[in-house]
Amino acid sequence: MNIRLVGRMVSSILFVTEVFMIPSLILCCIDGDHDVAMAFLASMAVISLIAGVLFWFGRKREAHFSARDGFVTVALAWVCISLLGGLPFYFSSEIPSYVDAVFEIVSGFTTTGASVLPDVESLSRGVLYWRSFSHWLGGMGILVFTLAVVPANKNSGGTLYLMRAESPGPSVGKLTPRIRQTAMILYGLYILLTVLCVAFLLAGGMPLFDSVCTAFGTAGTGGFGIKNDSMGSYSPYLQNVCTVFMLLFGINFNVYYLLLIRKFAAAFKDEEVRLYLFFFAAATGLITWNIRPLMQSWGESLHHAAFQVSSIMTTTGFSTTNFDLWPSFSKAILLVLMVLGACAGSTGGGIKTVRMLLLLKELRYNVQRTLRPRTVRAIHVNGHVVDNEVIKGVNSYMAAYWILMFGSILLISLDEFPLESNLSAVFACFNNIGPGLGVVGPMSNYDCYSDFSKIVLTVDMLLGRLEIFPLLALFSRDTWSKKL
Amino acid sequence: MKIIVAGDGKVGLALTRQLLREGHDLVTIDSNPQVLHMSLDQYDVMTLEGNAAAMETLREAGVEEAELLIAATSADETNILCCLTGRILNPNLHTIARVRNPDYKEQLFSMREQLGLSMTINPELSAAHEIFRLLQFPSFLRRETFAKGRVEIVELKVFEDGKLNGVRLSELYKIAKVKVLVCAVSRGGEVEIPNGDYQLQTGDHIYVTARAANLSQLLKNLGIGMSYVNRALLVGGSRLCFYLAERLLRAGVQVKIIEKNETRARYLAEILPKADVVQGDGSSQEVLESEGLRRADALVTLTDMDEENIVISMYGSAAGVKKVITKANRLEYSHMFEDMGVGTVISPKALCSNNVVRYVRAMQNQKGSVLALHRIADDRAETLEFLVDDTVPWRGVPLKDVPVKKGILISCITRRGDTVIPDGASSFESGDTVIVVTTCESPIMQLQDIFEE
Repeated sequence: MNIRLVGRMVSSILFVTEVFMIPSLILCCIDGDHDVAMAFLASMAVISLIAGVLFWFGRKREAHFSARDGFVTVALAWVCISLLGGLPFYFSSEIPSYVDAVFEIVSGFTTTGASVLPDVESLSRGVLYWRSFSHWLGGMGILVFTLAVVPANKNSGGTLYLMRAESPGPSVGKLTPRIRQTAMILYGLYILLTVLCVAFLLAGGMPLFDSVCTAFGTAGTGGFGIKNDSMGSYSPYLQNVCTVFMLLFGINFNVYYLLLIRKFAAAFKDEEVRLYLFFFAAATGLITWNIRPLMQSWGESLHHAAFQVSSIMTTTGFSTTNFDLWPSFSKAILLVLMVLGACAGSTGGGIKTVRMLLLLKELRYNVQRTLRPRTVRAIHVNGHVVDNEVIKGVNSYMAAYWILMFGSILLISLDEFPLESNLSAVFACFNNIGPGLGVVGPMSNYDCYSDFSKIVLTVDMLLGRLEIFPLLALFSRDTWSKKL
Repeated sequence: MKIIVAGDGKVGLALTRQLLREGHDLVTIDSNPQVLHMSLDQYDVMTLEGNAAAMETLREAGVEEAELLIAATSADETNILCCLTGRILNPNLHTIARVRNPDYKEQLFSMREQLGLSMTINPELSAAHEIFRLLQFPSFLRRETFAKGRVEIVELKVFEDGKLNGVRLSELYKIAKVKVLVCAVSRGGEVEIPNGDYQLQTGDHIYVTARAANLSQLLKNLGIGMSYVNRALLVGGSRLCFYLAERLLRAGVQVKIIEKNETRARYLAEILPKADVVQGDGSSQEVLESEGLRRADALVTLTDMDEENIVISMYGSAAGVKKVITKANRLEYSHMFEDMGVGTVISPKALCSNNVVRYVRAMQNQKGSVLALHRIADDRAETLEFLVDDTVPWRGVPLKDVPVKKGILISCITRRGDTVIPDGASSFESGDTVIVVTTCESPIMQLQDIFEE
């Protein structure tokens, strides 16, 4: 493995992270929070030091870059920003425990939105901004950002490995011949949609700071609120804006690119998006009907159902009401949606709609094969044949997914909370949603769990965001072995 | 510039690597997903699986926005159809097709417009041409022509007992007695552009700019002596062998071809009645010796296997054949071969990718365009020929006052058919062509690029 090159790349990612702390620092200075400002400065100093050491370490690197290097770079970069990104919280004593601080920032970067803080409103604005911004950066991916801004060397072969490892979905492709251009297009679309979201929120009378933070949470499908009741106290208009934008950010960004280059037919016929919208409509309809007795009118019932379905399905995790009090059927639907997740190539988590689509098609094919063993059929998505390797990848992903999830449930059950809470806590963290049910419901938080469980859940969030394999690669003996 | 490369074979890959380095956006089409996967992992390109000659595939590859289409699949017909289709989808498209079958020679000449071809490339034919030129002057390891054949850059090796050993470049004229310029020296794998104080050593490979008319005089004065190739032994009866044999025979050289495959040997005997065709394994010592290897003036190894060619060439050198030329398509290891006695290594695919690169650079700037581009010293230096137009600064200024970037040398100026090997007092005017040698990393697109800002 080309460990020196990996070191050099991780160092540039740490520098990028550091640059993004500057707005928080400025906010602290404006508000006169000198302690918090000092905490940010101290964190930046520590990050600079580590990044500098890695940079120095990478000075004698070889140019060759393999798949293994790509996976390790992504995994290491995420572990590093997780361990270092939480430093401002810890240094400023706004979150006194280091484990909690790491939990909080991992929850931010992985766009989970699970919090250990009982009182968010008491935090300083700099910290709030950093928390929300981590969603935005983690949503599209910090390596993709680095690919977009760092000038590529002439051949820049192998960088596709980075994008494959960081972007969600079973088969990651390029939109344009150059990876840098692809990354720029993705971030361009991302920034455009975010700005639109801010504009719509401002139009509804939300203050600028709130709008920006909420838009970051929506864009990254993260879900950190800056109010204790998440979105509950905002007007129905603002909540509806969020419903729509969460849904939009859960759609594969390739579809927006197709719209941009005016290939409308291909965009509207995308099978994944259609299935995604179908799931949204079906779940909203069922929940609207199911929670009608709790609400004043059908309209209100629809409003809350749509918001909650959009929020859970895109793995954002905002809430308008305490859905923990809803009937079991509605909660079960939400639990299913947690696993399902958003589209591949979006900022959302979960197993992704396209994997569900492939699994359903494969299941149908396999049933057919048991009845008529000589049947031969290829699986098509959007008119293209899906490579067998992709199907195999989906199957092994699903296997790893369930094994790790149930393993985690087992581990956190040591804390003696009800099964529903443990189950939903792991579901909500692994799929990057945030709030679960029971003790981790929308109106409570993860503080009740022990440090050990928090570490398990932190790892789950990272596993979910990076889609398991890069992180597993980090712990594989093959990765570090010096064998040929 | 957006370029579509159809066919991800050896030539396709060489083109991909070269064009990426020049900063273009590439889409590669091939019907084999495996080679595409490899390209995707190794290079920053977009890949597309499908039949490159199909309209749907070309449209999906974005032929409407592309500026150039290079068809280099293994089938000539596919390449021609691919370019034809591409041109219909996008009338402004430039197209380059690889056409190797000599049967189509006439069509390509008379139907070029109708077929929508801007240029055709035939790697074997250009390689044959190159080898033939080397056999004309066997003392040179390599020859590149410029200015419509009036100027050449030739590669020579400095031998311990040769006249060049230990000579300072400023004193070269005393020995050579013709005006020449050493424009690059390759020593121990490093290539540099020397100045007058540079002292030559044994083992250096020097690249000399000289007028074509002076070449034989130069050799004579350097004591290298003129030798002629009268008997050439060609091993491997590939298409390249046919092209080369045809030329050599026309020039009155006696040609013997050793080919393993009986049918192929028979076919060669049919189409080359004047050549001696031998059916046998060219990699066997016994066959080589009995076919008169030691009496041959030149050995050219042209089998399909690089390894076989290298081994045969090494044996030929050891057996005392004066001029050995080896065909090798994989150039990754070529720097290792240099001192192993395989003589000059010729790579058809590298030659053809050079041709394409020259075309691409010429497309990018209509004025002051590149007239010729050759890579010398194992691709570590480039020689380019430019036309000087009115936009070029420093016209009429003596070269010693012109601020040229480091690692760049103006090695020849041609004015109205008259060639000057320049010194500090020479200058160039509008309408001249100049030959520039560069060891720079960044490609020189136009003449303006060689000056300091």
